[in-house]
Formats: sequence, C-alpha cells, structure tokens
Amino acid sequence: MKAHLLHADQDFDFAADLPPSSADLIADLELDTVLTTMAAGDKFLYQTCAKVLLASVTDPAAIRYRQSVLADCIAVPDVVRLMYDIAVAALTEKRRIWGLLSSQYPASILSSAINQLEVLIVRLRDLRRLADDHVAKFRSEGLVTLLHTLQRDLDDDYFEVLSDHLRQLRFADGELISAQLDRDNSGINFVLRAGGPRRGWKERVRIEPRSVYSFAISPRDEASGQALQDLANRGLNLVANAAAQAADHVSSFFTMLQAELAFYVGCLNLHDQLTARGQPLTFPDPLSWTSPQFTCEDLRDTSLSLRTGQVVGNDVTADGKALVIITGANSGGKSTFLRSVGLAQLMMQCGMFVTAGALRASVCQQLFTHFIREEDAEMVSGRLDEELSRMSRIADQIGPHCLILFNESFAATNEREGSEIGRQVVRALLEADIRVFFVSHQFDFADGFRREIADLTLFLRAPREPDGTRTFKLVAAQPLPTSYGQDIYHRIGGWPGDQLAAS
Amino acid sequence: MTGPARSVSLLGEEPAEPGNGDALDDEVLADLNLDQVIDSVAGDRDERELIRQLLRHPARDLATVSFRHEVFRDLEEPALLEAVRQFTEQLRQVQAHLSQLAKMHSVHQREGWFLDAAISYCDAVRKLADVLAERPVAARGLVALRDYLFDYAGSPGFARLAAEAADRRSELAGITYLIRIKGLRVEVSRYNGEPDYSAEIEKTFERFQQGAVKNYLVRYRTWPGMNHVSAQIAELLARLFADEFAALAGFCRRHQQFMDPVVSQAHREMQFYLAYLDYIRPLRSAGLTFCYPELTTGPKEIFARETFDLALAARLTARGQPVVTNEFQLTGPERVIVVSGPNQGGKTTFARTFGQLHHLARTGCPVPGQAARLHVHDQIFTHFERQEDIADLAGKLEQDLLRIQKALQAATPDSIVIMNEIFTSTTVSDAYFLGQRVLARVIGLDLLCVYVTFIDELAALGPSVVSMASTIVPGNAAERTYKVVRKPADGLAYALAIARKHGVTYDQLKGRLAP
Repeated sequence: MKAHLLHADQDFDFAADLPPSSADLIADLELDTVLTTMAAGDKFLYQTCAKVLLASVTDPAAIRYRQSVLADCIAVPDVVRLMYDIAVAALTEKRRIWGLLSSQYPASILSSAINQLEVLIVRLRDLRRLADDHVAKFRSEGLVTLLHTLQRDLDDDYFEVLSDHLRQLRFADGELISAQLDRDNSGINFVLRAGGPRRGWKERVRIEPRSVYSFAISPRDEASGQALQDLANRGLNLVANAAAQAADHVSSFFTMLQAELAFYVGCLNLHDQLTARGQPLTFPDPLSWTSPQFTCEDLRDTSLSLRTGQVVGNDVTADGKALVIITGANSGGKSTFLRSVGLAQLMMQCGMFVTAGALRASVCQQLFTHFIREEDAEMVSGRLDEELSRMSRIADQIGPHCLILFNESFAATNEREGSEIGRQVVRALLEADIRVFFVSHQFDFADGFRREIADLTLFLRAPREPDGTRTFKLVAAQPLPTSYGQDIYHRIGGWPGDQLAAS
Repeated sequence: MTGPARSVSLLGEEPAEPGNGDALDDEVLADLNLDQVIDSVAGDRDERELIRQLLRHPARDLATVSFRHEVFRDLEEPALLEAVRQFTEQLRQVQAHLSQLAKMHSVHQREGWFLDAAISYCDAVRKLADVLAERPVAARGLVALRDYLFDYAGSPGFARLAAEAADRRSELAGITYLIRIKGLRVEVSRYNGEPDYSAEIEKTFERFQQGAVKNYLVRYRTWPGMNHVSAQIAELLARLFADEFAALAGFCRRHQQFMDPVVSQAHREMQFYLAYLDYIRPLRSAGLTFCYPELTTGPKEIFARETFDLALAARLTARGQPVVTNEFQLTGPERVIVVSGPNQGGKTTFARTFGQLHHLARTGCPVPGQAARLHVHDQIFTHFERQEDIADLAGKLEQDLLRIQKALQAATPDSIVIMNEIFTSTTVSDAYFLGQRVLARVIGLDLLCVYVTFIDELAALGPSVVSMASTIVPGNAAERTYKVVRKPADGLAYALAIARKHGVTYDQLKGRLAP
C-alpha cells in the first residue's frame, strides 16, 4: 500500500539530503516564516514541508499532479485534515506506548508491541471508513487512487491472525535476586539466586524475629510493574524484538501517509493565513525550460505578506531575459522583490500556489541564492573572501537551467572592484545558460550590462518619488548613477555638532 | 555547625559580587565576540551566572582589579591550582547531591545520599586546608581563606561530623539482602548464602541465540535508581536491619546543615578563577602569553605587545592552527587608529582585539599580550555590520546611521569607539562622506577609536589619526599575513586576486561551468 500523493508513481524520498543550496535558501528567502506558518506550531509539519519545498520538481507535469491534489485539498480541507489526523493519531498512540514503557525492559517491549498493534488496527479501520464515506468528493488522480487502494487492500483477517499469535506471548514467573545497598540505599549488584527464604515455625509463631517482609504493587502502577519485570525477566529479548518489528511494518505505512499528507496540510495552513490576510493566491503556470520565461502580476513576497499587512506586488515581464538587474533607492523594495521571485519559484516547483495575481515561469533545475551576509562567526574570513568562497561553492553545484539570485553581492570592497568581480561572475553564468536576478546599488556594475547586452537584460528600478519618499513598486528603468546615503544622513539630522548636517 | 564568624571573599576586599559599573552592552559583547569568550569561559559550570556577571561587569574599582590579580597570580602555581580544582569538583558533587534530595521520595534514599554528600564534603575541606597550609600563598583573598580553613577543619564539630559519617558508611556497605518477585508481590529477606542462579538461566536459554542481535541487557543505573519498588524494598530493609538504618537517620538529623557558608562561598568564587584559567590554558600551551595590564586614568598613552583576539585564538588553537599576534602604541596626541588594507587581512580581528583588551582588563583577569597599558574607559561603542533583516523596512543604511548617531551622542572623551567597515552597502562617495563625518566627531571628542575602512583617504585626517594596515605576503597578493602594522594606507586593494584564489574570475568560471 502506497500513499503516492507527491509523485504519481513513487514514494517521496524523505531520507534524501536537501539540495546543497538549501541552507542559503532558508536564510536568504526567509523560508522560516513560510514554514512556520505551514507548520502551525507542529515540528513535524515544519520539517516535512521544508523537505518538500526545497526538493524542487523540475517536470511541469509532475508539478501539475501536485497542483491537482492540492486543489482537491483546498476544496475538501476537512476530509484531508481528518485523514492526516488519523495517521498522526496512529503514530502518536504507537509512540506513546513506547514512550511510557522504557525499551530498556524486554517484557515491556513485548506488551508494548501487542498494544501497538491493537492501536494501529483501530486506525486502519478509521482510514477505511473515511475512504468509503468520502471517495466521491475527490477529483485528483493522487487522492482518488489512494482512497481506492485503502478500500481494496485492507483486510481484517491479516490483523486477526497477527493478534492471535501475539496473545500467546505474555507470561510471568517469579525470580529470586540478591542485592546490596548503593550509596543512595537503592539496590546494586543484583545476582539471580536459586532457592528462597522460608519462615521457620519459630518465626511464624513469633518466637524468633521476623525475617521475611513483603508487599504487593498495584496492577495499575505501570512504572513499578516495569521495574519488577526489569528485575525478573531478562530472557524475553528475541520474542519482544520480533513482535516489535511486526508493529513497525504496519506503522511504516502510516509514517509515509502522514509525511505525504503533511505537505498538503501545511499548504492548507498557509492558504488559510494568506487568505485571511487578503493576499492574492493562484496556481502558477509552470513551463519547461526552453528559453527563460518569467511573467508575473501582483507578485508578492510571501514571507512579508505573512508578517505585515502592507505588501506591494510587482508586475514584471521578463520573458526572454536571462538577466534581470534591480537597482535604485535604498529601502526601495529591491530585496523584497528578489525574495518574492525566489519564493515563488520554490513554491511553484513544489506544486504549491503562489502569492500573486498570476505567474507564468519556466522551471529551473535548481535555485541558488547569494545574499550579502553578516561577517561569518568563524572570523577567519574577511567579508569579500567569505562571499567569494560562497560563490565558489555555488560554482561547484550550479549548472545549465539553474536560476540564481544575487543580493548586493561582491560589495564588500570598493565599487570599482566589486563591479568588476560581479560582471565577470555574471557573464560566465549567463554563458552557461543560467538565469540571473541581481540586486545591486553599484551603478558601475549595472551600467556595464546596459552597454554590452541590453537586449538580454531587463533593468528594474526601485524608484524614488520627487518628494524623496519611496514607493516599493519596481518599474522597468535604467540604473541611475547616484545613491541616497547623504539624503538619509541629512534627514536624520547628522551627528551631534555637525554643522553640515543642519543644512 | 558553622565555623568562626568571619567574612572571606576571593573577589575583592568589599563583600563580593560583581562590580557596580554597567555591564557591557549585549550588542557590543557580540560585536567584540566577547559573548563567545564569556560563553566558553562560563560553559555549563554551576556558577556560570556569577562568572558571566563578573566577566560582563568592570570591577568596582582599580583596587579590586589588583585584588583579583593577586589571586590569579597565586593560582599560576600548578599544585595549588590542582588542589583548588579538586576542591571545587568535590564541592560541586556535594551540592549536586544535596539539591537532588528534594526530588527523592524515599526517606532512606535521601538519607543515604545525604551521608554520601557529607563524606565528600569532609574529605574536600580537609584536603584543601592541608594544601593551603603547605603551599606559600600571598594573595589577600587566599591567605584569609587559609586561616579560616585551619580553624574550621580543626574544630570539634567538624571532627565529629567526619567520624560519624565514616562509621555509618561502613555499616551499610556490609549489608546483603534477598528479593523475591512473584507476579506483583515482592518479598524481602536477609541473604543466607543462596547460590548464584543467573549462570544456570543463561545456559538454559543459550540455544535460542541467533547470532548478532540487538543487546537488551539491562543497564542498571544508580541514579535515579530509586523507583516505587526499590523504595518499598528499602522500607522493608529498614525493618530487617533496624540498627543500621536507625543510626543513619540519627546522623542525618544531627548534621542537617553541615555545609559551612564561608566554604561554600569560596567554592562559588573559585570557579571564576578556574573557569578563566581553564579557558586560557590551551592558549598558553600554544605559546601565547597573558599579562596583568597596567591601567591608567591619565594621558591616553596606551600600548599592547603580542596581543591577540581571544575568541579567535581559542578557536584556532583548538584546531591546532597558529595565532598571529599584533601590537599597537599611541603616544602624544594620537587617539584614532584607522585600519585599512587588503580584505581578509586581520583588520576586523585587530579592531576586536582592541575592544576586548580594554574590557577584559577591567574584570581583573589576565589579558592577551606580553605587556599592556590601557586606558580606564567609561563605555565602549561598537558598530559592526549586521545581517539584513527584512522586518526592518527602514533600510539598512538608515539603521546604520541611526545607530552611529546614537553612539556618538552618548560618547564622552573617556569612551572607546570601534567601527568596522560600515557603509559598504552604499557608494564609495557616500562611504567617504559618512566616514569623514564620523571621524570629525570622534576627533572632536578626543576619544580612543579604531576605525576599519576600505577608504584609504580616511587614514590621513590629522595628527590624532594613526594609519595601520593589514599586510600581504610579499609577491603574493592573495596570501595574508594577518599582521596589522603601523604604515601609511597604500591604496592597494586585492579583490580580484582573492577572486582568483577562489576560482571565480570569468575565465575560471567558464572552465568550471563547462559541460
């Protein structure tokens, strides 16, 4: 039995390593905000959604497979959440049994295994009932196939046979053990002993002092029961192991079901939050990589949408443009736009909706980011050195049909040199059929591409209104040879005692 | 049972605790990487909060700095240091035992554990008293402790505690008993020589073994070893062995508060010294030196020789890598060190070192360097570039400027300002304009400043400005010495050389990205 909700014909490989660019993507695109919303406080959802989000699918048909499953989920969210809850409950209940009774004790492992199987059977029956009740409501290939499988393959006899076997495995026996006092007066140096103390007749008629005392523990006192088994039973290892493995097989199905559904539940959580904030949501139109395609309407930074109410969307047409350079005012929304592009690309390529009025874009082989960073905590590298070494790592991984986003890269030196390094890197990338978005305040850098490959380059600019305020909406416009540092200095009034600032 | 009523502190003449100065600001700590130093020094020691406080606060006055220097100097003697270390380790265990008592539900367990704590305590006190009596100590703090312990360890109360504890322990260790488990019933009795049955059981089940399997052999733990079952067993043992357990209960009653407050305070305060010495030991082994700096409130003629960034040195040393040391010296009107030169040349590290030295000197700890004279500052202001935060919509540059404005408003002539490569997210002309404005203010205040920049022109702003630069290996622009030396800014930049080193020039990338 397979879930197959993320791929039509195979399990999602949750054990696979994340793409090497993942750590950069998480940090640079503020993925944590999106993932935290998807997770809604659930660590498992967080981790699972992170894996699916970062493991981009590159086949447009595979993306559409997920889009249709997700569309079903959005149409019938309660049933999907219920199915997820069943899987979670099965696994939680199974784990809880392990959790209470330490696996240090073979006798406990044995009874745990039996209890687990009972729990798992109950949840399998729940799933089957859900399939019977709701199968007609679904349209997508993924969900319809899954529910049919559940209806067909669940056979009660299998579990009855199994429980018959397990019923025979419980047993108990008395044991005699000698011990000494540890430093805290608990037992130590346990040795199993043959024979046993018997009270002599003198003692029974109380002529001699009593030499045997006893007590009984309550059958409900699980901890004590465990301690007793621990003392008494060291021989159950193999049997307990086999029973526990049987339970593991059944639960592995729930594990896969939970993990594949987790992604869609995460999408539902995100959908709820974005809808509540009035953000536009749409399924993007993924295109195979032939020439670079990217056209959006009202595209927004999903992370930012989740944090603040006021988000400005951008309309950009960059079809046929291998290079997009974003210049302009500080605080002008350049980084925000860059993140919105990165997030939309990732969200599209995991089958999700995007925060936009519309998006049509070619899929990329892999997404990379190269953003300006805080000085590295290791301290050994200078900032430019760190940036270049990161660029070098990317060069090891990147290849044709990839997309890379640069944010103020190579600016840790003076403008002339920073521009030169940037130009060399970008030229090499473009020639390797890699698409580049580059946010830069370096006029020299941007202007170089205007002179050389204007037809392949789209220039966007964060504008400054004539009154000095900024709108955050980008416009297609050539770079300007100024920046705004001095404006800010004067606006905040300069340092104390600076005559110049007062002007 | 407390000792003679005296106050003994290892941290200063006045009854101890951190100084009255303001703790170093969190952001400044982070900029200087002193947060890493403090985290590593404090580690997970029981007194980590005290240690953190002491390392974050300047000592109340210069007399307190000398007082701590004396203690550090005495502890440089290895045998004494080792004795103090053993003492604190034992006391730590005693306190751990005592703090666990409240969690113990069985009175017999509590009593056994309490007895164990008392035995360790007596042993620790005696050993430390002996060592302090044998070894020469000069520090005022340690002399006072020595005299106190001499009286205390010789007192009749202490002798009684130690003797009784030893008797109780040997009686309890002689007991062997039997438990029988039958279903949910447990019988407890005296042991009468019944033979070992485990061997027989193992032999009986040996035939089922299937080769390598997961090992389910139970590992018995002594802590937390008391569950409901063993507690009830202990209850019955107390009846079977009534004399031994009654004697134990009596001991616990009589010696409820055996820990002397002066001893426990000394234990707390010693951890500060031990923690710092432990932290710098591997650095000294690697050939680095530490010194007791001279602190001056007079002319700002400061210097340090063979000094280094403590956080970086700890990291490098741990990896077996060499540490480059640096010097600085300011004389006459010199106040501002402008550091320029190739990137990745140790500029940032130099700036941090300057700040670290000044702060550490005030805590009474030995500081990195062969010798140093440092100015007694009132505040340290730092500005290091931080990661862009999208929650901050006002823009990075504006944030930078606002923070600098705030610092320059609060700075006084006794302050220290350390700035590192600000304004890099704007144009060269902006960076020059803004850097110039900062230095004009700094020079106006006559304060001590280190300013790291790639704008060479800032190194030539007058007699109070000293130019220092990171250096390269002659003939190899991509290789750094990490030495920052006094020399004019020479206008050299090395960005493309570094790009080549990383293989990301156009030609190199073309080759690397070729199919």
